[in-house]
Amino acid sequence: MLNESNKQKLEELRKRYPTSQALVLPVLWMVQEQEGYISEDAMKYVAAILNVSYGHILGVVTFYTMFHSKPLGSHHIEVCTNVSCMLRGCDKIVEHLENKLGITFGETSKDKKWTLSEAECLGSCGTAPMLAIADEYYESLTPQKVDEILERLRP
Amino acid sequence: MTSQNPTETSGKTQWDNLILPSTPNLHKVETYISHGGYEAFKKALEMKPEEVTDEVKKSNLRGRGGACFPTGLKWTFMPKQTTKAKYLCVNGDESEPGTFKDRQIFEFNPHLLIEGTLIACYAMGIPTAYIYIRGEYAKWIKMMELALADAYGKGFVGEKILGKEFSCNIYIHKGAGAYICGEESALMNSIEGERGYPRVKPPFPAQYGLWGCPTTINNVETISNVPIIIKNGWEWYSKIGAPKHPGPILVGVSGHVNKPGVYEMPTGIPILEIIHRWAGGVPGDKGIKAVIPGGSSTMVLRGDQLEGVKMDADSMKAAGSAVGTAGLIVMDEDTDLIKVLTRLAKFYYHESCGQCTPCREGTGWLWKVLKRFEKHEARMQDIDLLMDIANNIEGNTICALGDAAAWPIQAMIRRFRDEFEKRVVHAQAGTPESVAV
Repeated sequence: MLNESNKQKLEELRKRYPTSQALVLPVLWMVQEQEGYISEDAMKYVAAILNVSYGHILGVVTFYTMFHSKPLGSHHIEVCTNVSCMLRGCDKIVEHLENKLGITFGETSKDKKWTLSEAECLGSCGTAPMLAIADEYYESLTPQKVDEILERLRP
Repeated sequence: MTSQNPTETSGKTQWDNLILPSTPNLHKVETYISHGGYEAFKKALEMKPEEVTDEVKKSNLRGRGGACFPTGLKWTFMPKQTTKAKYLCVNGDESEPGTFKDRQIFEFNPHLLIEGTLIACYAMGIPTAYIYIRGEYAKWIKMMELALADAYGKGFVGEKILGKEFSCNIYIHKGAGAYICGEESALMNSIEGERGYPRVKPPFPAQYGLWGCPTTINNVETISNVPIIIKNGWEWYSKIGAPKHPGPILVGVSGHVNKPGVYEMPTGIPILEIIHRWAGGVPGDKGIKAVIPGGSSTMVLRGDQLEGVKMDADSMKAAGSAVGTAGLIVMDEDTDLIKVLTRLAKFYYHESCGQCTPCREGTGWLWKVLKRFEKHEARMQDIDLLMDIANNIEGNTICALGDAAAWPIQAMIRRFRDEFEKRVVHAQAGTPESVAV
């Protein structure tokens, strides 16, 4: 399941922690970055290489919001709707995205290009409203800026 | 967003940033070193470990993660003689709504954090530190990893540092999306590869922390204060800002202000000065209806309560709130506070780890009842119902998330009861009031 470079990375990481269970989060990250999501088979694989139970892995994957046990669209758009973003007009950004993409929170577009999620505070309160796609933050948003972002990502 | 002082200075406290100086490229190790970086660490290495702790203790540095606990005192809880390993966890989970300060340190002054981590480890005899950063900050994790690699490259981190007996490894641990992992014992469980469940205390981390070993957990900003203290001495540091809660503090101002952003200032600056002189005032010169002073868990203050209230632990406590993470959320006179509170209730419901019944169930009930107010469908007795639920969560849970969910509700009802009553009246009259956020 893990590719060669991740396998090497795993061996490096083992030196950092006294138990192999501590590698659960780092390895799940590797799997998700590699595969896009964490399948049941992947969870069983991680359980086996780290010598913990499948139930433990399932428990961890379902606990943390950033781990996905189902595939998402090619671009996962997460919009913060917490208070600081709300006060700066995130509702308009959400509405604009929903209209543009034809999906609401929790949905993936039929062409599997986009998944839209509501996010809790992502620490961009001073540059609200904001959204995140993959590792990138897009801040101080306006509907026009949203259009530009979507245009750039549209394959 | 700016991490520097605004240029307008009239009537504003004069201040040169210590944590986020305006030096360009300070995130690069060469620049950091050429501006006196890692000198504090070298100075610490010439001192006895207990002298370093003593310096931090005398400086009166108090934790910047929310609880304002005296940092030096916390360090003395670590056993000096132990056969077990010892650990330091640096808490960069930064997930409290309204808080975006540690991110500035990762980006603009990562070596200050690394230097502080090294000094803290030296003081407590700790060979291993984990910097836990929320997974959403992937970009900033990469910045920290680059800085850390440079620090290793320069020989500041690793084995037998600078030819001394002291060895220290620092690792970055990436979270995966869970507010609760900012709670110190949940953070440790997360590092151990568990769900982020808070642990019952006692035993406290200094006795039984990571893998059952003595552990100290400090916030990113707290640790970043340490080199400043060691470099300048506790006497110098303790004179900055409020005497009982001294030092520089990163105040994140968000919501209805003209210049939102993170501002570094001495503690003890009046809230109104922060809003008007630092953050450029309220758009349209509107009045302030309410302020959440220190992140979403701190108790809301009425706009007419702010006169004389300062950003330090004592002043905030006297005003009936707390410094928390100094994430100041400003709400103008047209804000729909019910909508704000409903959103916060949803947040705590989403983030409750589910271990304790009062929190797991109560946060959901709070959200559901508040939605009735939001939709103008509430009954008058729902106000007391909210209060009752909140009171039954507070103090009845393993960790402080339950309290953090209860306090905003209690404070909002106590300080803005009329807003709730208006919704009931309108619900009964069938004429929803239109209010903008």
